[in-house]
Amino acid sequence: MTDFDRTYTILLIVIVFAVIMGTVTYLTLAERKVSAWVQDRLGPNRVGPGGLLQPIVDGIKFFFKEDIIPKHVDRVFYFIAPGVGVATALLAFSIVPFGPSKPPPGPTPVTADRPVEIAVEQHRVDMEAYRSERTFAIAPGLDIGILFAFALGSLVVYGIILGGWSSNSKYSLLGSLRSSAQIISYEIPLGMSVLGVFLFVGSVNLEKILDYQVHHGWFVLYQPLAFLLFMVSVFAECNRLPFDLPEAEQELVGGFHTEYGSMKLGLMLMVDYIHMITTSFFMAILFFGGWHFPGLTDIGGTGGLVLKFVILALKVFVFLMLYLLVRWTIPRFKFDQLMGLAWQVMIPLAMINLLCVMAVKEFGLSPWMLTATSVITFVAAAVIATRERSTVVSRPVREPVEA
Amino acid sequence: MAAGTKSVRWIEEPKVGLFERMYLPAIAQGLATTVRHIFNPQVRTEGYPEEEPRLPPNYRGVHRLNRDEQGRVRCVACYMCATACPAHCIDIVAAAAPPEWKDREKYPETFVIDELRCIYCGMCEEACPVDAIELTTLYDLTGLSREEMIFDKEKLLSVFDYTVKTGTDPVRTCAGHYGPAAEPAK
Repeated sequence: MTDFDRTYTILLIVIVFAVIMGTVTYLTLAERKVSAWVQDRLGPNRVGPGGLLQPIVDGIKFFFKEDIIPKHVDRVFYFIAPGVGVATALLAFSIVPFGPSKPPPGPTPVTADRPVEIAVEQHRVDMEAYRSERTFAIAPGLDIGILFAFALGSLVVYGIILGGWSSNSKYSLLGSLRSSAQIISYEIPLGMSVLGVFLFVGSVNLEKILDYQVHHGWFVLYQPLAFLLFMVSVFAECNRLPFDLPEAEQELVGGFHTEYGSMKLGLMLMVDYIHMITTSFFMAILFFGGWHFPGLTDIGGTGGLVLKFVILALKVFVFLMLYLLVRWTIPRFKFDQLMGLAWQVMIPLAMINLLCVMAVKEFGLSPWMLTATSVITFVAAAVIATRERSTVVSRPVREPVEA
Repeated sequence: MAAGTKSVRWIEEPKVGLFERMYLPAIAQGLATTVRHIFNPQVRTEGYPEEEPRLPPNYRGVHRLNRDEQGRVRCVACYMCATACPAHCIDIVAAAAPPEWKDREKYPETFVIDELRCIYCGMCEEACPVDAIELTTLYDLTGLSREEMIFDKEKLLSVFDYTVKTGTDPVRTCAGHYGPAAEPAK
């Protein structure tokens, strides 16, 4: 944990907030446009050239709509819920290194030829050097790193539960119950899939994870299965299709935000999009090397700085597009399928993957072994599923009864 | 009656093999379909206010009263359309034709159609022996008051002028062939 330059941090917070809000705004437009294109429609095209001003108009509408509060709601929690959701979703971004980063110095070990005084002095010098670097994260060098993000990720469910419960409506409650069950279930494979990464790096600090990938190659190459599990889990955490049961429109009207209106609804909807951006950053940083791109790391100066920003932004953009495209590709799961996927498929897979990582670390094998084990585990799971299914399915009666 | 064996077509349940069980290839196929639609869109949306729809010529829209070659109203005030009309929206007052109109005895002094009552069935068009009344392809019939939507003879004739000018003539009931009453007197 390092000290902060207050002015710089505040400036960073303002910029990051503005950029996230801008991205969220235009993500809604992208969502509508992409869904339109996928379905051979035009999408919003009335406001501004090609509908570019549509999200701004939507925002103005949200702000100026009459704020209807149903009589039967628990007013305190009803008001708190959207704030809790947005605040926790935004807070998770504070640890994300959204630009080029340097890893903070690790502890300086005391050895025979380096007594305590020299080690302490050495550490102080290292920390000084680290602090003098410009960092592009609101809370740089946070040692609990990604764990902080996971903690906040589980807090987001409070926004949903509070909203659903205080609305005092069956649809809202059903939506929030589904959401809590879903998020709690998927948190386990989410955490377990990145444990392998932590074992490799020896730290949960995002800058250190990034630095490791700069030197040893992206984690997606070594742990494709972990990446797959992580991606599926964050899709579930974001309540995105195919896991959007908390807001399944066909069954629950609007899910947990059925009783909400005006900007409170806007905030509720924004939570998902903020989450999408944050998790896209996490996917890019944990498994795709963040700002790192082979052959482009050593470019220095302002040009290099901008290039690294662009690389990271492009990676995040790809993941955001994947979010949008998957929505129109895979239909929604049933709830038992959703739970089955988490508990019967993903958690065992994550566990096996973790065991493989442990074995590789313990016996000092090549990390490429893990790529092989990932593929083998995945195919083996499919084989087991195929065999399992053929015994379970009962064939229907073939011949209809003659009249 | 219960369905017999012959009328029931049994469909084999698709076999889910290893390939499908791996999910990812299937999802990749699905994503490919999704992406293909983005880069090869087949948008059929009509940008309505900027882009007028092209209606078939037998579309039944606003009525018009046809003129003959001399620019006179072709109607002979026979009341056939008013009789045929199931909505009773046509009101005609007949008068003796001016003496210089040699081909007919009567002509409509007033010819009023209540466009709000009309159900656009096209029976008036079918009933007309001289093809005087026709339904055009004009579809955007709007007005701010009920009075405005009651079309008199002048208005209906102006619809004829408009459709002739813009070249949106409807399909004629007799395909250019008029009935005996419309033939000039010999």
